[in-house]
Amino acid sequence: MRIAERVRSVPESGIRKFFELAEERDDVISLGVGEPDFSAPWAARTAAIDSLERGRTSYTSNRGKRELREYIAADVARWGLEYSPDEEILVTTGASEAVDLALRAFVDPGDTVAVHEPSYISYVPGVRFAGGEPLGVPTYAADDFKLTVDSLQKSGAGDAEVLILCYPNNPTGAVMTERELSAVADFCVDNDITVIADEIYAALTYGREHVSIATLPGMRERTIVINGFSKAFAMTGLRLGYAMGPPEGIDAMNRVHQYTMLSAPTTAQFAAIEALRSCGDAVEEMRSAYNRRRRFVLSRFSEMGLDCFEARGAFYAFPEPGGDDEAFAEELLESQGVAVVPGSVFGEGGRGHLRVSYATGMRDLKEAMNRMETFLDDR
Amino acid sequence: MDAKRELLAVLSTDARESVTDLSRQLDLDPETVEELIDELEADGVIHGYQAVIDWDSINDSHVSAFVELNVELDRETGYEEIADRIVKFPTVQSLRLVSGDYDFAIEVTGESMQDVSRFISEQIAPIPEVTQTVTHFIMDTYKDGGMEFGDRDRDDRLSVSP
Repeated sequence: MRIAERVRSVPESGIRKFFELAEERDDVISLGVGEPDFSAPWAARTAAIDSLERGRTSYTSNRGKRELREYIAADVARWGLEYSPDEEILVTTGASEAVDLALRAFVDPGDTVAVHEPSYISYVPGVRFAGGEPLGVPTYAADDFKLTVDSLQKSGAGDAEVLILCYPNNPTGAVMTERELSAVADFCVDNDITVIADEIYAALTYGREHVSIATLPGMRERTIVINGFSKAFAMTGLRLGYAMGPPEGIDAMNRVHQYTMLSAPTTAQFAAIEALRSCGDAVEEMRSAYNRRRRFVLSRFSEMGLDCFEARGAFYAFPEPGGDDEAFAEELLESQGVAVVPGSVFGEGGRGHLRVSYATGMRDLKEAMNRMETFLDDR
Repeated sequence: MDAKRELLAVLSTDARESVTDLSRQLDLDPETVEELIDELEADGVIHGYQAVIDWDSINDSHVSAFVELNVELDRETGYEEIADRIVKFPTVQSLRLVSGDYDFAIEVTGESMQDVSRFISEQIAPIPEVTQTVTHFIMDTYKDGGMEFGDRDRDDRLSVSP
C-alpha cells in the first residue's frame, strides 16, 4: 500500500520501545505513565451511567452541549479567562483533537510552527500532518525549562506563523510566571504569531496559580487556549477536551471538527458537566496528593544526589542523571524494574534527563525511589 | 492547607507513615514533624492510631452492633453524665450523641450475638435514664474508616504512555 509522504516522514514514537520493554515483565513499577492513577470522581461516573440509562446516546451539537460550555466558561474564569459559551468555546474529543484542529485551521502548507522542546510528543507530528514545518525552540535546565525570548530569537522563531506553548509542561513539570510569559507574549505580538496554548495541566500547579498567556495584553485575539478533563478530573479514557478563542478562530476549528468528528462523545459530556458542577473537592484532594508525592520525589532525588530542578506543575519531575538518558532508562528498567521515560524522547532539549511521573500511589513511589537509589549506588 | 491540617490528612489515610517520609512529603524537617505530632497528641486532636480491619475475612468470632439509645434527662443528669458511664465499658467501641429519633448511637462488639445482647440487657438497659434500646446487628461491612472492603481496583493503565 502506498503511504503518504506526510505520514512516512513521521517516525514511530520513541516511547513505544519503552512501553514494550516494560510490558515484558510483571514486576515493574512504572513511573512512565502520563495519566492520573486516580479514577474519575464517582459523581462524574454516575452521571455518565445515568445518561446511558436514560438513552442519551445521540450526537450533541457540533460545539458540544450548551450546558457544558456554560460550565466551562464559568470554570476558566478563575484564571481570568472570559469566553462566550456560544461563540468562543468548542468541546472536542480530548485536548488532542483540539490541538490537531488548531494546527489544521491555522497552518498552511509550508508555514513554520515553533515548538519548544522538550515537549509533548504529539506536537511535531501534528504539525507535519497539517503540512507545516516544525521549528524546535530549546528550553534549558538552567532556565528551569521555561521558554525564553532569547531562545525564540536564536531559533529564528520570529518568522514562525504559529507557536505551540505548553505550560505547565509535559515532560518537565515546569510552569511559567506572568512576568516570564509577558516576554513571550510581547515577542508573539511583535512578530504576529498565533499561539496554540495547551493548558491541559492548568489545574495542577503547586505553590502558585496557573497564568494563561491569553490573559496578557494583545494575546486574546491571537491565542487558542486548549484544556480538558483528562488530567484534572482523571478522565483520560473519556476523551474530552475543549478549545477557547476568538469567534473566527473557533469557527475555523469547528469547520474541521463538524466534518471530521461531528461532536465530542456524548457520554463523556454528561460526565464532564457533573465534574464541573460538583467535583471541585475531588480535584483539590487529588492535587494535594500529587503535591505530597512531588515533594517526596524531589526530596528523595536530592538525598540520592540526583540533580533535579523544582518542578511546580503537572505530575512530572525531570531529573538529570547525566550521560545517555536512554541507556540509563533501559538499565534502570532491566536491573531494578523501574520504568521511566528518557527525556530525549521529548526532543533534543530533553537529552540527559528522565521524565519521572509521580501519578502513582505512595507505596509504589517509595519502593521505586528505593530501587532508583540502589541503582545509583551500584553504578 | 496549613502544615497541621495536611499532616492530619496524611495520617488519617495512612497512620503508619514514618516521620522521615512525612517530612519528605510535607517539605518539613523531621524534627518539626515530630513536634507537630506531639502537639496534636497532647492537645487531644490525635487520640490514637488503629488498623482498619475486615474481621469477616479472618473468620474470627467477632460480632458488632449499632445500638440506638433513648434517654430521659432530669435536673441532676445530663447527656454528659450518661455518656461518662457508658464509655467506660470496653465493649463500647464508639458513642455519639445524635440528632433525630433517638439520643445516642453506640457501636458495640462482642464474640457472639448472645454476648452483645447480654451486654445491652445487663449493662445498658438498666441505666436509670435509659428508656429504650434498639439493637442492629451488623451483617456485612462494605466500607470502614474510609476504606472499601471489596476487591482492590487493578491499575489497568498502559505501563508507559506519553
